[in-house]
Amino acid sequence: MTDSGFRLKGSVVTTVLLEIQTFSLDGIVFHLKEKIDQVPHFFNQAPIIIDISKMKRGITVDEFEALIQSVSALGLGVIGWRCDPDNLPVWSASVTIPLLPASKARPINIAPTVKEESSPDVVVKTVVEERLVPQSTKVITKPIRSGQQVYAEGDLIVLTQVSAGAEVLADGNIHVYGALRGRALAGVKGDVEARIFCKSMEAELVSIAGNFMLSDALQNIVWKDSAQVLLVDDSLEIVPL
Amino acid sequence: MNLSGDIALAKIIVVTSGKGGVGKTTSSAAIGTGIALKGHKTVIIDFDVGLRNLDLIMGCERRVVYDFVNVINKEATLSQALIKDKRTKNLFILPASQTRDKDALTIEGVQEVLEELAKEFEYIICDSPAGIEKGAQMALYFADAAIVVTNPEVSSVRDSDRILGILQSKSKRAEESKAPIEEHLLLTRYHPGRVASGEMLSVSDVEDILAIPLLGVIPESEAVLKASNQGTPVILDTESEAGLAYMDAVDRLMGEERPLRFLEIQKKGFIKRLLGG
Repeated sequence: MTDSGFRLKGSVVTTVLLEIQTFSLDGIVFHLKEKIDQVPHFFNQAPIIIDISKMKRGITVDEFEALIQSVSALGLGVIGWRCDPDNLPVWSASVTIPLLPASKARPINIAPTVKEESSPDVVVKTVVEERLVPQSTKVITKPIRSGQQVYAEGDLIVLTQVSAGAEVLADGNIHVYGALRGRALAGVKGDVEARIFCKSMEAELVSIAGNFMLSDALQNIVWKDSAQVLLVDDSLEIVPL
Repeated sequence: MNLSGDIALAKIIVVTSGKGGVGKTTSSAAIGTGIALKGHKTVIIDFDVGLRNLDLIMGCERRVVYDFVNVINKEATLSQALIKDKRTKNLFILPASQTRDKDALTIEGVQEVLEELAKEFEYIICDSPAGIEKGAQMALYFADAAIVVTNPEVSSVRDSDRILGILQSKSKRAEESKAPIEEHLLLTRYHPGRVASGEMLSVSDVEDILAIPLLGVIPESEAVLKASNQGTPVILDTESEAGLAYMDAVDRLMGEERPLRFLEIQKKGFIKRLLGG
C-alpha cells in the first residue's frame, strides 16, 4: 500500500443552525450578539450553518453575503448554508460557502390534500410499535491474539487478555478482565457515554466515540494497572479503578 | 474418500512459530526423535516445500528420492518416500520437495497422506514453514496439538501470538467447533545472562504475554549448531544442556512432570575463565 500521507474519514460534528425567518441584518446581528454574550464559550468559533429555507421573502446575494460577514465577525465559523431545494435562489452557485443538503430532521411537507371524493385504497390496520431493542452483550473467553479483530454491537466482555496487535470494537462498553495490550475502541457508532474498563492498562490505543489516546500518553497516566476510560467534555479521561 | 472423517488415533503435532529462524526444524527433529526414543512410532513431515531443511538436520539428505509432494501427486507411494532414521528406532522422515512451492500442497492431498500415515504411526510431527500463509496453514490445519516455538524477544513473541490466533480460528478443529488444539510454548535460544541484563525477555514475561502452558525452555547452546551441521538431532547429545532440555520437554509432552532447569546464569569455573570461554 502506498503511503498517501492522509486518510479520508467520515465525521459528525454538532453545529449551530441559524434559521432565518425574516431578514433584517441589524436585528439579526443585535439579537445574535445578545445570545453569544450569555454563553461566549459555547459560541466561540462554533461551526454554524445559515438556513434560509424558512424565509417567506427572498433574499439577494448581497444581503446574504453581508449576513455571512456579520455572523463571522461575531466569532462564529460559517461552514455552509441551507435552502429549500425547490426554491433555490438564482445566485445559489455564486456563494462562497458550500450549500448543504437539507436536514433530515426538518418537518416533512404534508402531501397535497387528496380530493374529497377519492377514498383511500388501503386502510392502515396495524401500527408497528417502535421499541428499543437492547443489543446483546458479546462475551469472549479466549485470548484475542495479535491480528484478530472482535466487534460487538452492544457491550463487549473479554474474560482474558487482548494481545498487542489485536483490536476490539464495540458500539457500547468494553470490559477486559485481563491485560489490554492491543487497541480498544468503544462507542464506535458515536455513543459518548461508552466506557472502557480493563484490569491492566497496556493498550496501544483507546478510543471512545472517535476520541482516542495512544500508549505514549497512557503511560503517563495509568500503566499496567486497572483503569477505566471515559469521555468528559470531548476529552478522554483515564481513571484508575 | 471421506473428507470429513477423523484421522484415526495418531496424534498430529504441529511445530510452528510464525517467525523464521527461531528453531522450528531443530525442535521438530529433537522432539520427534525424543518421542521415538520413548518407543512410539513417529514420523516427522517437512512442510517447508521449496526450502527443505529437515533432511539436513536429520542427516538423511543423501537418501531423499521421493518427497511429500510426489506422494500427494501420486507419483510415489508413501513407503517409497518415507526415510527410516538410521540412528533411532521407530522414527521416519517424510521430506519436502526442494523444487516445488507451497501451492503444491492441497488440503485434500495433505489429508490423504495424513490418513495413511495415521494407520501406521502413533505420532505425526508437522514441521511448519515460517510465516502465516498457505504453507503454515496447511501444516497446522489437521493438528491436535501445537508446539509454538518462540525466542525470548518481542518480534518472535508477537508472531507467536499471531499464529496462536490462527490455530484457534483456521484449523480443522476450529472450523468444526471441536475441542481446540492443545497449545504448548517452547522457548528456545534462551540466554539467562542476557535476560538478567535486560536484553532478552524472561520466561515469565513471555508466559505472561502468550498465556499458554510452558512445555520447555531450551538454552542457547553451541551444541545446537554443532548438531545441525553434523545432521544429528541435538536431543541425542546427552552431554549438552540443549539436548537435556529437549528431553525434559518430550517428557512433559508425554504427561510427566519435570522441573525447569538451565534458567540460571552459570558461574564460569576457573579454567573456563582462564581460557576465556
